[in-house]
Amino acid sequence: MTTTPSPAATPAAPSAAVPHLDIDPFSEEFLADPLPFHERLRETAPVTYLDSHGVYAVARYDDVHRALIDWQGLQSAAGVGLANFRREKPWRPPSVLLEADPPRHDAPRSVLAKLLSPRRLRVLEAQWRSDARDVVDELLSRGREFDAVTDLAEVFPLRVFPDAIGIGQEGREHLLPYGDFAFNAFGPQNRLVTQAQETIGPTMAWIGEQCRRESLSSHGIGAQIWAAADRGDITTEQAPLVVRSLLTAGVDTTVTGIASVLHMMADRPEDWRRVREDRSLLPRVFEEAVRLESPVQTFFRTTTQTIEIAGVRIPADEKVLMFLGAANRDRRRWEDPHAFDLDRDPSGHVGFGMGIHQCVGQHIARLEAVSVLDALLDRVAALESAGPVRRHLNNTLRGFESLPMRLTAA
Amino acid sequence: MIHRTSTALRLARRRKVADDVVALTLEAADGGRLPDWEPGAHIDLILPAGGAGAGMVRQYSLCGDRWKPCEYTIMVQREPDGRGGSAALHDEVAEGDLLGFGGPRNNFRLAPAEEYLFIAGGIGITPLLPMIEQANRLDVAWRLLYLGRSASRLAALDRLAVLAGDEDRVTVHDADRLGRADLESWRPKDPAVRVFACGPVRLLDAIEAWGAVPGGLPPRIERFTAQNGDGPTPAAFEVIASRSGVTAQVGESESVVDALRRAGVDIITSCAKGVCGTCETDVLEGTPDHRDSLLDDHERALGDCMFPCVSRSRDPRLVLGI
Repeated sequence: MTTTPSPAATPAAPSAAVPHLDIDPFSEEFLADPLPFHERLRETAPVTYLDSHGVYAVARYDDVHRALIDWQGLQSAAGVGLANFRREKPWRPPSVLLEADPPRHDAPRSVLAKLLSPRRLRVLEAQWRSDARDVVDELLSRGREFDAVTDLAEVFPLRVFPDAIGIGQEGREHLLPYGDFAFNAFGPQNRLVTQAQETIGPTMAWIGEQCRRESLSSHGIGAQIWAAADRGDITTEQAPLVVRSLLTAGVDTTVTGIASVLHMMADRPEDWRRVREDRSLLPRVFEEAVRLESPVQTFFRTTTQTIEIAGVRIPADEKVLMFLGAANRDRRRWEDPHAFDLDRDPSGHVGFGMGIHQCVGQHIARLEAVSVLDALLDRVAALESAGPVRRHLNNTLRGFESLPMRLTAA
Repeated sequence: MIHRTSTALRLARRRKVADDVVALTLEAADGGRLPDWEPGAHIDLILPAGGAGAGMVRQYSLCGDRWKPCEYTIMVQREPDGRGGSAALHDEVAEGDLLGFGGPRNNFRLAPAEEYLFIAGGIGITPLLPMIEQANRLDVAWRLLYLGRSASRLAALDRLAVLAGDEDRVTVHDADRLGRADLESWRPKDPAVRVFACGPVRLLDAIEAWGAVPGGLPPRIERFTAQNGDGPTPAAFEVIASRSGVTAQVGESESVVDALRRAGVDIITSCAKGVCGTCETDVLEGTPDHRDSLLDDHERALGDCMFPCVSRSRDPRLVLGI
């Protein structure tokens, strides 16, 4: 650009130049191994511009944190994926939580935050711990070798989470493909999206059906969401969409979180022993795994006005891509950022986001992960990898297709 | 007592807005963002040492603009029969002074409706102001009945005129001139109209007694109840992590999390503002001084858990289940 801005448009202070990068964060090369790209994004400048999709990007901890908490300047209602809902039609009715701003965001968020608070989840804990023991017993009964993704990380959430929501037994196989599709849909129309588009119809129909009051058991979290609509805390139009949010964001994410912590803890006999002996370390084990792996890698915001990040001015109505995974490995914030370190305090990582849209299910994720790890530590003396790690490619989630492992029973 | 920056506010501006009513603009002690809030929210303000009502906790509804993330606005009415809290905020606290705070908390959330009837008695207008702004933002019809002893004592009349625009939405009832209001004539008949009210106890009792119109929902009212554990709190106290047996002294300018971290016990936090709930910790002995945005009055009164990223202690010694 060589045009001279008109005097009225001249900024009060010159904005730092924004370097353009030829990185496509949704290419299969990037998704398969984002770390070297994160390094370039982080080290080039606080704010970069990605020509591949015409979006701004932030990847340093302070800047990602700043963008996450500033809901006034960086909105979600224009979509938290690449699509700008001001110009493009969303692929489904927008989420009343994730893709909403205050004031519309207030009521659904407060209802769900209360239902998913640690205090409320205590009623689930005994059952989940018992389920975790059963799942681990079944695993051990089948021998020493297993796949930590398909035999454990997927099994446990799919067992406890739909029960907690109160959805029926039939059709639960739709949950993982739906979440996978929804998280792919935050990216561009690449192969990951178009391939699934052909088969997603029945899955979407099944999800929609589960969100109705009649489909939900009378004592689950889903029924409590409908009870909130009866009390007038949210509308009856919002209630099924709040249930849908749980079904969208509650399964693939926790599967990835559990797989991530197992991936981190395998082949670390010292750490395994240490945590076996001191279970108070369990929350830290999980948070450190979430920091390093960042199951949810990215989200977009859209500027509501001209905003400034690290001295860089970004005009209104621009998409800003926040690299949560890169922020969680920023050496400016974390000493020895790539190390899995049980002596580190991982407080403040942005793996669950930050601010008013911070993961409302984070306490569910923690309870699931800690329950399953605790049960595993009870019965397993050592955990080692037993084959190549295969990543599952998704436009937003950094997960696994397969994690072959071998365990030694205690 | 002035604690660490995340639980202290600086009085930026004070201006008179009606007879015996001042509006206070408060900013974070470090000038940064304050915890987010929604209409109906209040903060717990801790009155400064050395003046009237020292150490007492007073609840004030937030009535500013939440699109301004670095400031809170409250309005304070001088209470001649009060214990000195309002007098301190009118006369003693100077611009630039620091005040401890907790929250924001919200026991009076604005719920969705097709139409609102807001009823304010005097200073009870404060939580309703951001609700009215929100109704405008959402393009939802509203009316306001604003009751007071005299118009000169009613705050925000100019702002309400702007909010009402060209429509006849605001009815001010000046009891000195008009006598008692005929409240019953305001009782909604349409189930689509939801009532939100704040004001003196007698007014709220009358509105609460309306109950729900058939097919509608009962009125929602804000009652400020007596605080559990009102009164001065220790500036510094001892915290004990029971599982590890570690004892730490919590100084007045640090949090429980900071003090325990110094002593080698990490509590994992996330937001560090008492909002997300990550650091919830069991309390085994001692009474917490709750400063979070999460627990409701009942949960606070139980006293069995706290959020140590912001909350403190009412006793010299606090034993935690970590």
